[in-house]
Amino acid sequence: MNDTTKVVRTTYRDALREALREAMRRDGRVFLMGEDVGRYGGSYAVSKGLLEEFGEERIRDTPLSESAFVGAGIGAALNGMLPIVEVMTCNFSLLALDQIVNNAATIRHMSGGQFSIPLVIRMATGAGRQLAAQHSHSFEGWYAHIPGIRIVTPATLEDARGMLWTALMDPDPVIMFENALLYNLEGELAAGAGAVDIDRAAVRRAGADLTLVTYGGSLGKTSRAADLLAEQGVSAEVVDLRTLRPLDMPTVLGSLAKTHRMVIVDEGWKSGSLAAEIMARAMEEAFFELDAPVARVCSAEVPIPYPKHLEDAAIPQVATIVDAALRTVSRHV
Amino acid sequence: MLDRALALKLLGDMLRVRRFEEKCAELYSAGKIRGFLHLYIGEEAVAAGAMRALEPDDAILATYREHGHALMRGIPAGAVMAEMYGKVEGCSRGRGGSMHIFDARARFYGGSAIVGGGLPLAIGFALADKLMGRPRVTACFFGEGAVAEGEFHESLNLASLWKVPALFLCENNLYAMGTALQRSEANTDLCEKARSYKVAARSVDGMDVLAALDATEQAVAEVRAGGGPQFIEFRTYRFRAHSMFDPELYRSKAEVEQWKKRCPIATFVERLQSEGMLDDARLAAMETEVGDEIAAAVAFAEAGSWEPVEQLTRDVYTARAS
Repeated sequence: MNDTTKVVRTTYRDALREALREAMRRDGRVFLMGEDVGRYGGSYAVSKGLLEEFGEERIRDTPLSESAFVGAGIGAALNGMLPIVEVMTCNFSLLALDQIVNNAATIRHMSGGQFSIPLVIRMATGAGRQLAAQHSHSFEGWYAHIPGIRIVTPATLEDARGMLWTALMDPDPVIMFENALLYNLEGELAAGAGAVDIDRAAVRRAGADLTLVTYGGSLGKTSRAADLLAEQGVSAEVVDLRTLRPLDMPTVLGSLAKTHRMVIVDEGWKSGSLAAEIMARAMEEAFFELDAPVARVCSAEVPIPYPKHLEDAAIPQVATIVDAALRTVSRHV
Repeated sequence: MLDRALALKLLGDMLRVRRFEEKCAELYSAGKIRGFLHLYIGEEAVAAGAMRALEPDDAILATYREHGHALMRGIPAGAVMAEMYGKVEGCSRGRGGSMHIFDARARFYGGSAIVGGGLPLAIGFALADKLMGRPRVTACFFGEGAVAEGEFHESLNLASLWKVPALFLCENNLYAMGTALQRSEANTDLCEKARSYKVAARSVDGMDVLAALDATEQAVAEVRAGGGPQFIEFRTYRFRAHSMFDPELYRSKAEVEQWKKRCPIATFVERLQSEGMLDDARLAAMETEVGDEIAAAVAFAEAGSWEPVEQLTRDVYTARAS
């Protein structure tokens, strides 16, 4: 075995921390700011230990002023820095929506291309922890509506380790959505893992009968669904979008051209969702490839409730993905 | 003792902006400029004084009422006028128009049309300079209406907490569109609000260009010396409507006339004449020079071209080599 094949056991959280540490070491223009990123160690302990290593100038605790510190990230990026802003959760990012939508996303185009904003905003997303309606949103699909920003959704250890640096080197603002259920995800990662592309979707599992398209926190559920489908003789291909804007439709449609059937798994609400966009594109760009209507497994159209049984019923689950897949493979046009 | 050369420069700055905007109003009526057009007429002393206290390396953030700031910052009048026309020769390729003037060379970062939206950016600009050890100041202009926004409070607190070299320049023209300050603020003392965040604050007559210059020079010196952020309230007044669609139902003609007696240009001309620094011939020569510059700017904008529709989506994202 040589070095490139050595693996280490790690978690999604630790992989994110290693990515932050590497970025801080590689470039003096990089700094991290956000609520409780320093002394507290990060709400999800992602930045734990970084304050001790890099000091409070570069690991900056902020007041609970989302608009001010997200805007400050944009300003610092415009003025030569490579800021990483952690917004504790996407739920709180609504307080910074003006800065993200009206400034980060517009300034390059509106100024005639004069300015770059090499900013990365990280935020936790998703339901599933019985945190009730105000702490369980999945807004990545919403943000993906907006031209001028890039949306990435690391779902694997490799992407947790590798997307940050690429996003920082991108001259445009990137928002990285980290599904909060993934932080404890454990597995093996190549010892030399580093930057990865943020342009392409990835086929996580090859299959022949239908394509399951998903991203972020739903990748694990979708993969387990594919396992169960295999037991029933259905071969599912799993496509992890990885980047929600811009969408890598060639990879999605390439898979569809092979399987001719598709189910999209998206934790956003169904109406106006990213899943709706992918369906629309499949219809526009690959209508004659379809052997069955495209199906969706999304969140129910409700504020996410607190009790476990209701929360479970509100968001995509392995069983609902399997059901949707079986219905799709049994349908014909 | 007033320096004559400086005084004439300040007068020239104000005259340029006044005549430029009078021309803009005319061009708006003629349909050459569209969208929103917010005129600075009456408030020229603020930007004329403040801008002269800043260095080329400093960063400027302004509002949607920023034509004057752009001109005084040295963005060529032709590029500003072409921007108002929406022509590709405009300083923002015509994409922004009147409200979104940007110019990298002048370190002029908009032109923001969300009230209060520029203040958080200013914190980041100033923080970057502080972290990199650059002796620069970030000057952020905003109106008194922004004081009601959360961004004002978040930003002043953060600027003060982090002691960043930011200069907050509040142009208090008494009306946020049509809402008078006393109708929107329980406490109308803006300096007191700034001081509550431990930001040093001063209030100055914004109709007096020398007072505006003096106050800004003092504040800039403090900021550049590492003393943290400063706040200046410029008490001023807009003579024209909020935008071109405003019937001005919220204030009396008598009030407007009263303020017009304090016109920053007319009163400064009077002062310079009474001190023997300016005669009619000189003033006429200045007017001619300004008129020529504006005529050239209009000609430049007229001769400009429309961005090809094929370039509509250019610069939404940075073009990639791949």
